[in-house]
Amino acid sequence: MKFVASRVALAVVALSAAVGTAHAQGTAAEGIAKYREMLQDGNPAELFEMKGEELWKQKRGPKMASLEQCDLGKGPGVIKGAFVELPKYFADTGRVQDLETRLITCMETLQGFKSEDIAKTAFGRGEMANVTALATYVATASKGMRFNLSQKHAQEKMMYETGKQLFFTRGGTHDFSCASCHGSDDKRIRLQDLPNLTKNPGDGIGFAAWPAYRVSNAQMWGMQLRLNDCFRQMRWPEPKFGSDATIALSVYMGVNAKSAESIVPAIKR
Amino acid sequence: MADPMRIRAAVAGDETTVRVLMSHIMEPGTRRDAAGALIPGHFIRDVEATHNGKVVLEAAFSGAVAQNPFLSFKFKGGAKGDKVVVKWVDNKGDTRTDEAVIA
Amino acid sequence: MKKIHSLVLLPVVAIVLSACSSAPSPADVNKATADMLKSSFQARGIAGLNRLNQDQANAECAVADATGKPLDEKMSKAIEEANMKTVKWPTDGKFLGDWKEGEKIAQSGRGLTWTDTATTENGGNCYNCHQISKEEISFGTLGPSLYNYGKLRGVTDPNSAGGKAIVEYTWGKLWNARAYNACSQMPRVGHMAILNQKQIQDVMALLLDPASPVNK
Repeated sequence: MKFVASRVALAVVALSAAVGTAHAQGTAAEGIAKYREMLQDGNPAELFEMKGEELWKQKRGPKMASLEQCDLGKGPGVIKGAFVELPKYFADTGRVQDLETRLITCMETLQGFKSEDIAKTAFGRGEMANVTALATYVATASKGMRFNLSQKHAQEKMMYETGKQLFFTRGGTHDFSCASCHGSDDKRIRLQDLPNLTKNPGDGIGFAAWPAYRVSNAQMWGMQLRLNDCFRQMRWPEPKFGSDATIALSVYMGVNAKSAESIVPAIKR
Repeated sequence: MADPMRIRAAVAGDETTVRVLMSHIMEPGTRRDAAGALIPGHFIRDVEATHNGKVVLEAAFSGAVAQNPFLSFKFKGGAKGDKVVVKWVDNKGDTRTDEAVIA
Repeated sequence: MKKIHSLVLLPVVAIVLSACSSAPSPADVNKATADMLKSSFQARGIAGLNRLNQDQANAECAVADATGKPLDEKMSKAIEEANMKTVKWPTDGKFLGDWKEGEKIAQSGRGLTWTDTATTENGGNCYNCHQISKEEISFGTLGPSLYNYGKLRGVTDPNSAGGKAIVEYTWGKLWNARAYNACSQMPRVGHMAILNQKQIQDVMALLLDPASPVNK
Protein backbone atom coordinates (compact mmCIF):
# COMPACT_ATOMS: atom_id res chain seq x y z
CA MET A 1 0.00 0.00 0.00
CA LYS A 2 1.68 3.14 -1.15
CA PHE A 3 0.47 6.63 -0.43
CA VAL A 4 1.87 10.12 -0.22
CA ALA A 5 1.05 11.90 2.98
CA SER A 6 0.34 15.56 2.67
CA ARG A 7 -1.03 18.34 4.78
CA VAL A 8 -4.63 17.31 4.36
CA ALA A 9 -5.77 19.18 7.42
CA LEU A 10 -4.48 22.51 6.12
CA ALA A 11 -6.17 21.89 2.77
CA VAL A 12 -9.47 21.43 4.63
CA VAL A 13 -8.99 24.79 6.33
CA ALA A 14 -7.88 26.50 3.11
CA LEU A 15 -10.93 25.26 1.23
CA SER A 16 -13.25 26.36 4.00
CA ALA A 17 -11.69 29.81 4.21
CA ALA A 18 -12.09 30.34 0.45
CA VAL A 19 -15.90 30.57 0.73
CA GLY A 20 -16.27 34.33 0.77
CA THR A 21 -19.61 34.96 2.44
CA ALA A 22 -20.82 35.55 5.98
CA HIS A 23 -21.16 31.76 6.18
CA ALA A 24 -17.40 31.61 5.75
CA GLN A 25 -16.80 32.79 9.29
CA GLY A 26 -18.59 29.76 10.72
CA THR A 27 -17.00 27.38 8.21
CA ALA A 28 -13.52 28.68 8.95
CA ALA A 29 -14.08 28.27 12.68
CA GLU A 30 -15.41 24.75 12.11
CA GLY A 31 -12.49 23.93 9.84
CA ILE A 32 -10.03 25.12 12.43
CA ALA A 33 -11.77 23.19 15.19
CA LYS A 34 -11.62 20.05 13.04
CA TYR A 35 -7.94 20.66 12.29
CA ARG A 36 -7.21 21.00 15.98
CA GLU A 37 -9.15 17.83 16.75
CA MET A 38 -7.12 15.93 14.17
CA LEU A 39 -3.96 17.22 15.79
CA GLN A 40 -4.81 15.82 19.23
CA ASP A 41 -3.93 12.35 17.98
CA GLY A 42 -0.16 12.11 17.76
CA ASN A 43 0.86 15.24 19.64
CA PRO A 44 4.59 15.77 18.99
CA ALA A 45 4.78 16.86 22.64
CA GLU A 46 5.19 13.16 23.33
CA LEU A 47 8.63 13.33 21.72
CA PHE A 48 9.59 15.98 24.29
CA GLU A 49 8.07 13.92 27.07
CA MET A 50 10.22 10.96 26.04
CA LYS A 51 13.30 13.17 26.02
CA GLY A 52 12.38 14.57 29.42
CA GLU A 53 12.05 11.10 30.91
CA GLU A 54 15.50 10.23 29.58
CA LEU A 55 16.96 13.41 31.12
CA TRP A 56 15.28 12.76 34.47
CA LYS A 57 16.90 9.34 34.78
CA GLN A 58 20.27 10.04 33.18
CA LYS A 59 23.36 10.79 35.29
CA ARG A 60 24.47 14.24 34.07
CA GLY A 61 26.29 17.40 34.99
CA PRO A 62 29.49 18.02 36.95
CA LYS A 63 28.17 15.83 39.77
CA MET A 64 27.17 13.02 37.36
CA ALA A 65 23.85 12.47 39.12
CA SER A 66 20.29 11.92 37.93
CA LEU A 67 17.28 14.04 38.89
CA GLU A 68 15.51 11.11 40.47
CA GLN A 69 15.82 12.65 43.94
CA CYS A 70 14.48 16.03 42.86
CA ASP A 71 11.82 17.38 45.22
CA LEU A 72 9.11 19.11 43.20
CA GLY A 73 6.99 19.73 46.27
CA LYS A 74 5.66 16.27 47.05
CA GLY A 75 8.90 14.73 48.29
CA PRO A 76 12.09 13.62 46.54
CA GLY A 77 11.40 11.81 43.28
CA VAL A 78 7.60 12.21 43.42
CA ILE A 79 6.47 13.33 39.99
CA LYS A 80 2.79 12.41 39.83
CA GLY A 81 0.62 15.25 41.08
CA ALA A 82 3.49 17.72 41.44
CA PHE A 83 2.59 19.85 38.40
CA VAL A 84 -0.94 20.70 39.54
CA GLU A 85 0.37 22.07 42.85
CA LEU A 86 2.90 24.45 41.32
CA PRO A 87 3.94 27.19 41.85
CA LYS A 88 4.35 26.75 45.60
CA TYR A 89 6.65 27.85 48.41
CA PHE A 90 9.78 25.80 48.98
CA ALA A 91 11.49 26.01 52.37
CA ASP A 92 14.94 25.05 51.10
CA THR A 93 15.15 27.98 48.69
CA GLY A 94 12.90 30.27 50.71
CA ARG A 95 10.86 31.28 47.70
CA VAL A 96 7.80 30.43 45.65
CA GLN A 97 8.87 28.49 42.58
CA ASP A 98 7.20 27.26 39.41
CA LEU A 99 7.99 23.97 37.65
CA GLU A 100 10.76 25.35 35.45
CA THR A 101 12.63 27.23 38.17
CA ARG A 102 12.27 24.27 40.55
CA LEU A 103 13.74 21.91 37.93
CA ILE A 104 16.70 24.27 37.58
CA THR A 105 17.15 24.29 41.36
CA CYS A 106 17.39 20.49 41.23
CA MET A 107 19.75 20.63 38.25
CA GLU A 108 21.99 22.85 40.36
CA THR A 109 21.83 21.10 43.73
CA LEU A 110 21.78 17.51 42.46
CA GLN A 111 23.73 17.73 39.21
CA GLY A 112 26.02 20.74 39.71
CA PHE A 113 24.78 22.89 36.82
CA LYS A 114 24.84 26.67 37.39
CA SER A 115 21.29 28.00 37.58
CA GLU A 116 22.21 31.55 36.41
CA ASP A 117 23.79 30.09 33.27
CA ILE A 118 20.71 28.04 32.46
CA ALA A 119 18.39 31.00 33.15
CA LYS A 120 20.38 33.12 30.70
CA THR A 121 20.28 30.48 27.94
CA ALA A 122 17.76 31.20 25.17
CA PHE A 123 14.62 29.09 25.01
CA GLY A 124 15.07 26.04 22.82
CA ARG A 125 18.84 25.99 23.23
CA GLY A 126 21.27 24.00 25.35
CA GLU A 127 20.21 23.24 28.92
CA MET A 128 17.13 25.47 28.59
CA ALA A 129 15.80 23.06 25.94
CA ASN A 130 16.40 20.25 28.44
CA VAL A 131 14.43 22.15 31.08
CA THR A 132 11.51 22.33 28.64
CA ALA A 133 11.69 18.58 27.95
CA LEU A 134 11.87 17.84 31.68
CA ALA A 135 8.94 20.17 32.36
CA THR A 136 6.92 18.35 29.68
CA TYR A 137 7.74 14.98 31.27
CA VAL A 138 6.85 16.09 34.79
CA ALA A 139 3.68 17.91 33.77
CA THR A 140 2.44 14.96 31.70
CA ALA A 141 2.49 12.80 34.83
CA SER A 142 -0.32 14.99 36.19
CA LYS A 143 -2.44 14.83 33.05
CA GLY A 144 -6.12 14.66 33.95
CA MET A 145 -5.52 15.84 37.51
CA ARG A 146 -7.01 19.05 38.86
CA PHE A 147 -5.15 22.18 39.89
CA ASN A 148 -4.83 22.67 43.61
CA LEU A 149 -2.27 25.36 44.44
CA SER A 150 -1.54 26.15 48.06
CA GLN A 151 -2.32 29.60 49.44
CA LYS A 152 -1.24 28.78 52.97
CA HIS A 153 2.19 30.39 53.09
CA ALA A 154 2.50 34.16 53.37
CA GLN A 155 4.71 34.32 50.27
CA GLU A 156 2.16 32.32 48.29
CA LYS A 157 -0.54 34.83 49.25
CA MET A 158 1.72 37.76 48.40
CA MET A 159 2.49 36.22 45.01
CA TYR A 160 -1.22 35.90 44.28
CA GLU A 161 -1.98 39.51 45.18
CA THR A 162 0.99 40.98 43.34
CA GLY A 163 0.28 38.69 40.39
CA LYS A 164 -3.25 40.03 40.30
CA GLN A 165 -2.08 43.63 40.43
CA LEU A 166 0.54 42.99 37.75
CA PHE A 167 -2.14 41.35 35.59
CA PHE A 168 -3.98 44.66 35.43
CA THR A 169 -0.92 46.94 35.12
CA ARG A 170 -0.97 48.93 31.88
CA GLY A 171 2.32 49.52 30.09
CA GLY A 172 4.34 49.43 26.90
CA THR A 173 3.77 51.56 23.81
CA HIS A 174 0.25 50.19 23.45
CA ASP A 175 -0.84 50.59 27.11
CA PHE A 176 -1.61 46.89 27.24
CA SER A 177 -2.08 44.88 30.40
CA CYS A 178 -2.62 41.13 30.57
CA ALA A 179 -6.27 42.05 31.19
CA SER A 180 -6.45 43.89 27.85
CA CYS A 181 -6.74 40.48 26.19
CA HIS A 182 -7.47 38.13 29.06
CA GLY A 183 -9.79 40.20 31.23
CA SER A 184 -13.17 39.44 29.66
CA ASP A 185 -15.29 36.52 28.55
CA ASP A 186 -15.81 35.47 24.93
CA LYS A 187 -13.21 37.63 23.26
CA ARG A 188 -10.74 36.69 20.60
CA ILE A 189 -7.67 38.20 18.94
CA ARG A 190 -7.99 37.60 15.20
CA LEU A 191 -9.41 34.06 15.27
CA GLN A 192 -7.67 32.95 18.45
CA ASP A 193 -10.05 32.62 21.41
CA LEU A 194 -8.83 34.34 24.56
CA PRO A 195 -9.54 32.75 27.93
CA ASN A 196 -10.60 35.05 30.75
CA LEU A 197 -7.76 34.50 33.20
CA THR A 198 -9.20 36.64 35.98
CA LYS A 199 -11.28 33.61 36.91
CA ASN A 200 -11.35 29.86 36.24
CA PRO A 201 -11.48 29.53 32.46
CA GLY A 202 -12.38 25.83 32.58
CA ASP A 203 -10.74 22.45 32.06
CA GLY A 204 -7.70 22.40 29.81
CA ILE A 205 -7.74 26.13 29.13
CA GLY A 206 -5.22 28.83 29.91
CA PHE A 207 -2.93 27.82 32.77
CA ALA A 208 -4.18 24.23 32.39
CA ALA A 209 -2.88 24.01 28.82
CA TRP A 210 0.83 24.82 29.10
CA PRO A 211 3.41 23.29 28.44
CA ALA A 212 2.04 22.82 24.93
CA TYR A 213 3.40 21.95 21.49
CA ARG A 214 2.90 24.79 19.02
CA VAL A 215 2.38 23.39 15.54
CA SER A 216 3.05 26.72 13.76
CA ASN A 217 6.68 26.75 14.84
CA ALA A 218 7.11 23.12 15.96
CA GLN A 219 8.22 24.25 19.40
CA MET A 220 7.42 23.02 22.89
CA TRP A 221 6.50 26.02 25.07
CA GLY A 222 6.41 26.02 28.85
CA MET A 223 4.69 28.76 30.83
CA GLN A 224 7.89 30.82 31.12
CA LEU A 225 8.12 31.08 27.33
CA ARG A 226 4.39 31.63 26.98
CA LEU A 227 4.61 34.61 29.37
CA ASN A 228 7.79 35.87 27.70
CA ASP A 229 6.10 35.97 24.30
CA CYS A 230 2.98 37.62 25.74
CA PHE A 231 5.09 40.50 27.02
CA ARG A 232 6.90 40.73 23.70
CA GLN A 233 3.60 41.17 21.85
CA MET A 234 2.38 43.60 24.51
CA ARG A 235 5.40 45.71 23.57
CA TRP A 236 6.69 45.57 27.16
CA PRO A 237 10.37 45.07 27.99
CA GLU A 238 11.39 41.46 28.57
CA PRO A 239 10.58 39.57 31.79
CA LYS A 240 13.66 37.87 33.19
CA PHE A 241 13.42 34.09 33.21
CA GLY A 242 11.98 32.82 36.49
CA SER A 243 11.59 36.38 37.82
CA ASP A 244 9.07 37.25 40.53
CA ALA A 245 6.77 38.74 37.90
CA THR A 246 6.52 35.41 36.07
CA ILE A 247 6.01 33.45 39.28
CA ALA A 248 3.41 35.90 40.58
CA LEU A 249 1.40 35.71 37.35
CA SER A 250 1.57 31.90 37.41
CA VAL A 251 0.33 31.84 41.00
CA TYR A 252 -2.52 34.22 40.09
CA MET A 253 -3.55 32.08 37.12
CA GLY A 254 -2.95 28.77 38.90
CA VAL A 255 -5.01 29.70 41.95
CA ASN A 256 -7.80 31.04 39.73
CA ALA A 257 -7.72 27.70 37.88
CA LYS A 258 -8.35 25.73 41.06
CA SER A 259 -10.03 22.38 40.23
CA ALA A 260 -9.62 22.89 36.48
CA GLU A 261 -8.34 19.75 34.77
CA SER A 262 -4.85 19.78 33.31
CA ILE A 263 -4.62 18.55 29.71
CA VAL A 264 -0.89 19.04 29.54
CA PRO A 265 0.86 18.32 27.23
CA ALA A 266 -1.52 20.25 25.00
CA ILE A 267 -1.24 21.08 21.31
CA LYS A 268 -1.74 24.54 19.90
CA ARG A 269 -1.83 26.15 16.46
CA MET B 1 21.33 7.94 15.23
CA ALA B 2 18.26 10.21 15.00
CA ASP B 3 15.80 10.68 17.89
CA PRO B 4 13.48 7.73 18.55
CA MET B 5 9.96 7.36 17.13
CA ARG B 6 7.00 6.87 19.37
CA ILE B 7 4.96 3.90 18.13
CA ARG B 8 1.73 2.51 19.49
CA ALA B 9 -0.16 -0.44 18.03
CA ALA B 10 -3.48 -1.89 19.16
CA VAL B 11 -5.65 -4.64 17.71
CA ALA B 12 -9.48 -4.53 17.63
CA GLY B 13 -11.21 -7.49 15.99
CA ASP B 14 -9.18 -8.36 12.92
CA GLU B 15 -7.77 -4.89 12.41
CA THR B 16 -4.60 -3.44 13.91
CA THR B 17 -4.21 0.34 14.18
CA VAL B 18 -0.67 1.68 14.31
CA ARG B 19 0.16 5.26 15.29
CA VAL B 20 3.65 6.58 14.78
CA LEU B 21 5.13 9.91 15.82
CA MET B 22 8.42 10.58 14.07
CA SER B 23 10.99 13.08 15.25
CA HIS B 24 12.36 14.84 12.19
CA ILE B 25 13.01 18.43 11.14
CA MET B 26 11.36 17.89 7.69
CA GLU B 27 12.98 20.92 6.07
CA PRO B 28 11.24 21.15 2.68
CA GLY B 29 14.08 22.66 0.66
CA THR B 30 11.91 25.52 -0.61
CA ARG B 31 12.26 27.87 2.37
CA ARG B 32 14.72 30.74 2.38
CA ASP B 33 16.81 32.08 5.23
CA ALA B 34 17.07 35.74 6.30
CA ALA B 35 19.74 36.36 3.63
CA GLY B 36 17.48 34.96 0.90
CA ALA B 37 19.39 31.73 0.30
CA LEU B 38 17.52 28.45 -0.04
CA ILE B 39 17.70 26.26 3.07
CA PRO B 40 18.70 22.77 1.86
CA GLY B 41 16.00 20.13 2.09
CA HIS B 42 16.28 17.56 4.84
CA PHE B 43 13.24 15.32 5.01
CA ILE B 44 12.11 11.72 5.32
CA ARG B 45 11.81 10.05 1.92
CA ASP B 46 10.74 6.47 2.59
CA VAL B 47 8.76 4.86 5.35
CA GLU B 48 8.25 1.14 5.70
CA ALA B 49 6.29 -0.79 8.31
CA THR B 50 6.43 -4.52 8.76
CA HIS B 51 4.40 -6.94 10.84
CA ASN B 52 6.11 -10.18 11.76
CA GLY B 53 8.57 -9.47 8.93
CA LYS B 54 5.88 -8.88 6.30
CA VAL B 55 5.58 -5.38 4.76
CA VAL B 56 2.22 -3.79 5.65
CA LEU B 57 2.92 -0.20 4.61
CA GLU B 58 5.23 1.61 2.24
CA ALA B 59 5.06 5.37 2.07
CA ALA B 60 6.84 8.04 0.06
CA PHE B 61 7.09 11.27 2.05
CA SER B 62 8.31 14.56 0.65
CA GLY B 63 9.22 18.02 1.90
CA ALA B 64 5.49 18.77 1.96
CA VAL B 65 5.07 16.75 5.15
CA ALA B 66 5.23 18.81 8.33
CA GLN B 67 7.91 18.64 11.01
CA ASN B 68 7.60 15.75 13.48
CA PRO B 69 5.27 13.76 11.22
CA PHE B 70 2.41 11.79 12.67
CA LEU B 71 1.37 8.68 10.72
CA SER B 72 -1.63 6.54 11.52
CA PHE B 73 -2.60 3.43 9.52
CA LYS B 74 -4.48 0.15 9.82
CA PHE B 75 -3.81 -3.33 8.52
CA LYS B 76 -5.72 -6.60 8.61
CA GLY B 77 -4.47 -9.29 10.88
CA GLY B 78 -2.06 -8.89 13.71
CA ALA B 79 -2.50 -10.26 17.19
CA LYS B 80 -1.67 -9.06 20.66
CA GLY B 81 2.03 -9.53 21.31
CA ASP B 82 3.08 -9.35 17.65
CA LYS B 83 5.86 -7.00 16.67
CA VAL B 84 5.40 -4.01 14.35
CA VAL B 85 8.61 -2.44 13.06
CA VAL B 86 8.72 1.01 11.46
CA LYS B 87 11.71 2.29 9.51
CA TRP B 88 12.34 5.63 7.81
CA VAL B 89 15.14 6.81 5.53
CA ASP B 90 15.67 10.48 4.75
CA ASN B 91 17.13 12.28 1.74
CA LYS B 92 20.55 12.48 3.41
CA GLY B 93 20.66 8.75 4.00
CA ASP B 94 19.94 9.00 7.75
CA THR B 95 17.71 6.27 9.01
CA ARG B 96 15.81 5.23 12.10
CA THR B 97 14.11 1.96 12.99
CA ASP B 98 11.89 1.41 15.99
CA GLU B 99 9.46 -1.25 17.00
CA ALA B 100 6.39 -1.73 19.12
CA VAL B 101 4.38 -4.64 20.43
CA ILE B 102 0.70 -4.83 19.51
CA ALA B 103 -1.40 -4.24 22.60
CA MET C 1 20.95 26.99 53.10
CA LYS C 2 19.53 23.77 54.43
CA LYS C 3 16.58 23.88 56.78
CA ILE C 4 16.01 20.80 58.84
CA HIS C 5 12.53 20.02 60.07
CA SER C 6 12.19 17.25 62.61
CA LEU C 7 8.78 15.60 62.80
CA VAL C 8 8.39 16.75 66.40
CA LEU C 9 8.83 20.42 65.57
CA LEU C 10 6.68 20.42 62.44
CA PRO C 11 3.20 20.76 63.96
CA VAL C 12 4.33 23.71 66.13
CA VAL C 13 5.97 25.44 63.20
CA ALA C 14 2.88 24.91 61.08
CA ILE C 15 0.59 26.51 63.65
CA VAL C 16 2.81 29.53 64.07
CA LEU C 17 3.06 30.05 60.31
CA SER C 18 -0.66 29.83 59.66
CA ALA C 19 -1.40 32.20 62.53
CA CYS C 20 0.71 34.97 61.08
CA SER C 21 0.05 34.33 57.41
CA SER C 22 -2.99 36.52 56.89
CA ALA C 23 -3.64 38.38 53.65
CA PRO C 24 -0.94 40.93 52.73
CA SER C 25 -1.88 44.58 53.17
CA PRO C 26 -2.72 46.68 50.10
CA ALA C 27 0.24 48.93 50.84
CA ASP C 28 2.58 45.92 50.87
CA VAL C 29 1.08 44.63 47.63
CA ASN C 30 1.49 48.02 45.95
CA LYS C 31 5.11 48.22 47.00
CA ALA C 32 5.85 44.65 45.99
CA THR C 33 4.28 45.18 42.58
CA ALA C 34 6.20 48.40 42.02
CA ASP C 35 9.43 46.62 42.98
CA MET C 36 8.55 43.78 40.64
CA LEU C 37 8.12 46.14 37.70
CA LYS C 38 11.63 47.42 38.32
CA SER C 39 13.47 44.21 39.08
CA SER C 40 11.71 41.53 37.04
CA PHE C 41 12.07 43.17 33.65
CA GLN C 42 15.03 43.97 31.44
CA ALA C 43 15.46 46.08 28.34
CA ARG C 44 15.75 44.11 25.13
CA GLY C 45 16.11 45.41 21.60
CA ILE C 46 14.05 48.57 21.23
CA ALA C 47 11.88 47.72 24.24
CA GLY C 48 13.35 49.77 27.07
CA LEU C 49 12.45 49.85 30.75
CA ASN C 50 11.05 53.36 30.30
CA ARG C 51 8.05 51.66 28.68
CA LEU C 52 6.95 50.70 32.18
CA ASN C 53 6.83 54.30 33.43
CA GLN C 54 3.22 54.80 34.44
CA ASP C 55 1.49 58.00 33.47
CA GLN C 56 -1.46 59.01 35.60
CA ALA C 57 -4.02 57.48 33.27
CA ASN C 58 -2.30 54.09 33.21
CA ALA C 59 -1.87 54.05 36.97
CA GLU C 60 -5.47 55.07 37.68
CA CYS C 61 -6.98 52.82 35.02
CA ALA C 62 -5.05 49.79 36.24
CA VAL C 63 -6.58 50.25 39.70
CA ALA C 64 -10.03 50.75 38.18
CA ASP C 65 -9.69 47.54 36.12
CA ALA C 66 -8.37 45.52 39.06
CA THR C 67 -11.00 46.63 41.56
CA GLY C 68 -13.85 46.78 39.07
CA LYS C 69 -14.58 50.28 40.32
CA PRO C 70 -14.63 52.75 37.39
CA LEU C 71 -12.90 56.11 37.71
CA ASP C 72 -14.97 58.94 39.13
CA GLU C 73 -16.22 61.60 36.70
CA LYS C 74 -13.77 64.23 37.74
CA MET C 75 -10.75 61.97 37.18
CA SER C 76 -12.11 60.69 33.85
CA LYS C 77 -12.69 64.22 32.55
CA ALA C 78 -9.24 65.32 33.65
CA ILE C 79 -7.59 62.41 31.86
CA GLU C 80 -9.65 62.94 28.72
CA GLU C 81 -8.83 66.65 28.60
CA ALA C 82 -5.14 66.04 29.12
CA ASN C 83 -5.10 63.48 26.32
CA MET C 84 -7.15 65.68 23.98
CA LYS C 85 -4.42 68.26 24.22
CA THR C 86 -1.95 65.74 22.74
CA VAL C 87 -3.92 65.27 19.51
CA LYS C 88 -1.93 66.54 16.54
CA TRP C 89 -4.08 67.45 13.54
CA PRO C 90 -2.71 66.70 10.05
CA THR C 91 -0.01 69.22 9.12
CA ASP C 92 -1.14 69.27 5.48
CA GLY C 93 -4.82 69.60 6.37
CA LYS C 94 -5.61 66.26 4.68
CA PHE C 95 -7.58 63.83 6.83
CA LEU C 96 -7.87 61.00 4.32
CA GLY C 97 -5.19 59.15 2.38
CA ASP C 98 -5.26 55.89 0.40
CA TRP C 99 -7.60 53.16 1.68
CA LYS C 100 -5.62 50.43 -0.10
CA GLU C 101 -2.60 51.36 1.99
CA GLY C 102 -4.88 51.65 5.01
CA GLU C 103 -5.95 48.03 4.60
CA LYS C 104 -2.31 46.90 4.56
CA ILE C 105 -1.62 48.91 7.71
CA ALA C 106 -4.70 47.45 9.42
CA GLN C 107 -3.51 43.93 8.53
CA SER C 108 0.04 44.40 9.74
CA GLY C 109 1.04 43.57 13.30
CA ARG C 110 4.68 44.52 12.89
CA GLY C 111 6.74 46.89 14.93
CA LEU C 112 7.76 48.03 18.41
CA THR C 113 8.36 44.57 19.90
CA TRP C 114 11.84 43.62 21.03
CA THR C 115 12.28 41.51 17.89
CA ASP C 116 11.56 44.52 15.70
CA THR C 117 14.08 47.24 14.92
CA ALA C 118 13.91 51.01 15.00
CA THR C 119 13.47 51.00 11.21
CA THR C 120 10.67 48.42 11.09
CA GLU C 121 7.56 49.89 9.48
CA ASN C 122 4.95 49.66 12.21
CA GLY C 123 1.53 48.19 11.47
CA GLY C 124 -1.69 49.20 13.15
CA ASN C 125 -2.64 45.75 14.44
CA CYS C 126 -6.24 46.79 13.76
CA TYR C 127 -7.64 43.41 12.71
CA ASN C 128 -6.38 41.90 15.96
CA CYS C 129 -9.28 43.59 17.72
CA HIS C 130 -11.73 44.83 15.08
CA GLN C 131 -13.79 43.61 12.19
CA ILE C 132 -13.14 46.13 9.40
CA SER C 133 -13.85 44.98 5.84
CA LYS C 134 -16.40 42.28 5.05
CA GLU C 135 -13.87 40.20 3.12
CA GLU C 136 -11.47 39.70 6.02
CA ILE C 137 -12.92 36.98 8.22
CA SER C 138 -9.87 36.71 10.46
CA PHE C 139 -10.75 39.54 12.84
CA GLY C 140 -10.81 39.91 16.58
CA THR C 141 -13.64 40.90 18.89
CA LEU C 142 -11.77 42.88 21.52
CA GLY C 143 -13.04 46.08 19.96
CA PRO C 144 -16.33 46.92 18.20
CA SER C 145 -16.90 46.10 14.56
CA LEU C 146 -15.85 48.91 12.20
CA TYR C 147 -17.57 47.42 9.19
CA ASN C 148 -19.56 50.13 7.37
CA TYR C 149 -17.96 52.70 9.67
CA GLY C 150 -18.45 55.74 7.42
CA LYS C 151 -21.73 54.51 5.92
CA LEU C 152 -23.36 53.97 9.33
CA ARG C 153 -22.40 57.46 10.40
CA GLY C 154 -23.89 59.00 7.25
CA VAL C 155 -20.54 60.17 5.89
CA THR C 156 -21.10 60.17 2.13
CA ASP C 157 -18.54 62.93 1.52
CA PRO C 158 -15.70 63.10 4.05
CA ASN C 159 -14.70 66.52 2.71
CA SER C 160 -18.11 68.09 3.25
CA ALA C 161 -19.19 70.21 6.18
CA GLY C 162 -21.63 67.44 7.12
CA GLY C 163 -18.85 64.90 7.52
CA LYS C 164 -16.46 67.19 9.41
CA ALA C 165 -17.46 66.24 12.93
CA ILE C 166 -17.14 62.50 12.36
CA VAL C 167 -13.90 62.92 10.42
CA GLU C 168 -12.33 64.93 13.22
CA TYR C 169 -13.63 62.58 15.91
CA THR C 170 -12.17 59.60 14.03
CA TRP C 171 -8.81 61.31 13.66
CA GLY C 172 -8.76 62.23 17.32
CA LYS C 173 -9.80 58.72 18.35
CA LEU C 174 -7.05 57.17 16.27
CA TRP C 175 -4.48 59.67 17.47
CA ASN C 176 -5.33 59.27 21.13
CA ALA C 177 -8.33 57.16 22.12
CA ARG C 178 -7.99 58.35 25.73
CA ALA C 179 -9.17 61.80 24.66
CA TYR C 180 -12.68 60.32 24.44
CA ASN C 181 -12.53 57.46 26.94
CA ALA C 182 -10.15 57.77 29.88
CA CYS C 183 -9.47 54.06 30.30
CA SER C 184 -9.77 53.03 26.68
CA GLN C 185 -8.21 49.67 25.85
CA MET C 186 -7.31 51.04 22.43
CA PRO C 187 -3.64 51.94 21.93
CA ARG C 188 -2.84 55.63 21.46
CA VAL C 189 -1.91 55.12 17.86
CA GLY C 190 -0.68 58.63 16.99
CA HIS C 191 0.43 59.89 20.39
CA MET C 192 2.63 56.85 21.04
CA ALA C 193 4.04 57.01 17.49
CA ILE C 194 2.70 53.60 16.59
CA LEU C 195 1.57 54.99 13.24
CA ASN C 196 2.76 58.20 11.63
CA GLN C 197 0.59 60.92 10.10
CA LYS C 198 0.56 59.41 6.61
CA GLN C 199 -0.36 55.98 7.92
CA ILE C 200 -3.22 57.41 9.96
CA GLN C 201 -4.47 59.26 6.88
CA ASP C 202 -4.52 55.91 5.07
CA VAL C 203 -6.39 54.19 7.91
CA MET C 204 -8.84 57.11 7.97
CA ALA C 205 -9.52 56.49 4.26
CA LEU C 206 -10.11 52.80 4.95
CA LEU C 207 -12.80 53.78 7.43
CA LEU C 208 -14.33 56.86 5.78
CA ASP C 209 -13.69 56.82 2.03
CA PRO C 210 -16.98 55.86 0.32
CA ALA C 211 -14.86 53.89 -2.17
CA SER C 212 -13.33 51.80 0.60
CA PRO C 213 -14.62 48.19 0.86
CA VAL C 214 -15.52 49.02 4.47
CA ASN C 215 -18.34 51.26 3.25
CA LYS C 216 -19.64 48.98 0.52
